[in-house]
Amino acid sequence: MMDEGTELSFTIAQIVQRFKGTHLHSQLERQAKECLHRPDIKLESLKDDVRKFLKVSGWERKLQNAVCRELHIRPPPGHPAAPPEHTKEPLAYMRKAQASWEKRILKSLNSMCAELGVPLAHKRPLPEQRELSNKWNEMGTDEPDLSKFRPVYAPKDFLEVLISLRNPNLDYSEEVSSQSHWGLIQVPLHIRDIPKMRETCPELTLTTGQLGIDDHPHIPSDLFESEHVRLGKRVLSEQDSAAAQQYSRQGCPTGQRAELWALILNSTNEPEDIMHYEQLKAGVLQHDLLVDNLIYKDVKLTANNDDYYFVFEDFLYQVLLCFSRDTTVLEHFNYNSATPPKSYIQGKEEGDEYAVIYPPNGVIPFHGFSMYVAPLCFLYNEPSRLYGVFREMYMRYFFRLHSISSHPSGIVSLCLQFERLLQNHLPQLFYHLREIGAQPLSIAFKWMVRAFSGYLSTDQLLLLWDRILGYDSLEIVAVLAAAVFAFRAENLMEVTSLASAEAVLADLSTLKVMPLIQIFVFATVI
Amino acid sequence: MKSLSQTNFLKECHRRDKVILLKRDTMSNGPVDCVVKTPVSLQIGDTVTDTLRPGVYITDIVFPNGKPIKIQEMLFKNYYTAFLSVRLLRREDGHQDGAAAAAKWVTCVRNLPLMANPHTEAGSQDYFSLFRQQMLVEPDDVTSVRLILRQPSSAWLNFNIEEIKIYECANEDAQTGAPTWLSSLTPADEPLHLQGLPDPETVSSSIQQMWALTEVMQSNQTTASVGRFDVDGCYDINLLSYT
Repeated sequence: MMDEGTELSFTIAQIVQRFKGTHLHSQLERQAKECLHRPDIKLESLKDDVRKFLKVSGWERKLQNAVCRELHIRPPPGHPAAPPEHTKEPLAYMRKAQASWEKRILKSLNSMCAELGVPLAHKRPLPEQRELSNKWNEMGTDEPDLSKFRPVYAPKDFLEVLISLRNPNLDYSEEVSSQSHWGLIQVPLHIRDIPKMRETCPELTLTTGQLGIDDHPHIPSDLFESEHVRLGKRVLSEQDSAAAQQYSRQGCPTGQRAELWALILNSTNEPEDIMHYEQLKAGVLQHDLLVDNLIYKDVKLTANNDDYYFVFEDFLYQVLLCFSRDTTVLEHFNYNSATPPKSYIQGKEEGDEYAVIYPPNGVIPFHGFSMYVAPLCFLYNEPSRLYGVFREMYMRYFFRLHSISSHPSGIVSLCLQFERLLQNHLPQLFYHLREIGAQPLSIAFKWMVRAFSGYLSTDQLLLLWDRILGYDSLEIVAVLAAAVFAFRAENLMEVTSLASAEAVLADLSTLKVMPLIQIFVFATVI
Repeated sequence: MKSLSQTNFLKECHRRDKVILLKRDTMSNGPVDCVVKTPVSLQIGDTVTDTLRPGVYITDIVFPNGKPIKIQEMLFKNYYTAFLSVRLLRREDGHQDGAAAAAKWVTCVRNLPLMANPHTEAGSQDYFSLFRQQMLVEPDDVTSVRLILRQPSSAWLNFNIEEIKIYECANEDAQTGAPTWLSSLTPADEPLHLQGLPDPETVSSSIQQMWALTEVMQSNQTTASVGRFDVDGCYDINLLSYT
């Protein structure tokens, strides 16, 4: 707790420091210099005139959007005495659990390396580089022998770790404790129940128009849809990032979604972004990484087997291989409880100059990772643009789904929220499922870890992700998971085994997400 | 411009974040020497045979010099304490100095919530600062500090407050015996009084101050990384390191 004035000054100084030397900074300087030639800029009122010019020409809006993005990404300034690991994750036992999980992953990767005799990274010989460059747009046609490679971990391994999380200061001995909990997650994080969700998401209420409900063909479009589309056009012409985020809460029209998401995430496709993407591509060509094989395997196993996404196979390689080489992703480790894996250049002694991070972006992909990118392929067909939006979505949201932290949008909180919502509002169902050995989280976890990608039909998934962007939180994923159980409650009460419970919930492709969420949040009797 | 290697890049980013506030910290004094006594629990019933855990702890802090101090800031790390009250033992004015001076206990912080919900984790291991502006009474001539920690939830095994640091006000006061002409030379550190939204002029002038400090500290480097992940073109790696 610092006093308000100092906190504000600190945040401003921090953001200004970040912008220094960025492309936006040099563009603003150049614009300010060039506008001096204009006749309406007077020497007496120079400062005000330049400011007015920047405002009118749209540059102030660009700066506003960039500041908006910084505020979303950066955690609120913590206490100055707090060490950096406290900013990443305030709870000591969670940090420890994350560290030991990471060690397990490193061991697994190292043993795979040792078994196969393949180095983690090596320079690609020139002929191979040329060959890869030639078939850059059709890497999917390659059929390398991937049978020896196995994914480093799968979501169910991660779930086991989360289930075993224990707070050393919590009294687990009480039979009837202050919070009886039937679920698998045993840490007392603060989560939002339905009354709080109603307060936080008023735009989802039954009386407010929604895309996903009120754009149904049977409903005349002038009741909601055409007005909403017009509003979307206006938001895009104003290029206002914060307005776009607010707009997205009621859904984005299909024709405007790509631009709206790029605006919310402040992801641009300027020449320097394209150049950055080309630089990453060069990194892919020059060095061959073991994680590349993991990515190939993952795409072949997951996205390639999916009816909606197999057409985008080549795009997925182009994005994910470049993603692994992108060092700007390292920034997110400042607020991620995870730490990037380290290594040393072969043949050199261990010293800081030869220490490198592996892979360059610090993210080791797991089984299903490519599903984070696949839905975006429906929106963007330019690889550099697709890449920019995916990277921003990963650095804002997706990383929270596979690291152990106490953040309200972290996977631990989402799991707990799902279980609590179910226990509080469908206790009979929860009890029944527990009795037959079908803990609800064991079924719902795989949906939440992928933010439902690959389980819902694409148009429904995009409507869900609209709200993730709109509310800047992943909680809606936990709410949807509980809502799905509520929807299929009748069938689930009939089943008598885990296998049949899984069968009831195997196919979600016919579900309409917005009515489910709306009814669960706003029509449940409490 | 020297390009930073990746591991240093992260450290550098974080260092620059903190440099602004660290600079502010070193301008004021370091923490005052203090002795934190063992917490004493308040319980009804027999403390030995009763299996119920205490919900209230009292911790006293004394200053070994015996010199009364003027508190500017109290900094501490929470460990599952839900509510904090702070009482100060202040030396009364108008008395002769010496051991016979009367002292009075006053409450300067009453039931400050450290955890939003005593049953859940939020705030349980966070760092907090109490500034003199937030206290109910002026923390001047303080000889002893008493912390009253409350944790009503039965969920936790223990609760405490750790890493307590107390900072004194920067300017000298007359009671330490310094000549008055000396104190009139040193400019007093006026605490900022801000209500509601801060005045933009004040904010911008304080930013300019901090800005001048950071400009002095750093050379003309940007935080934008060059983006190369290899070391001089080489990125041949065998195994990951566990340290």
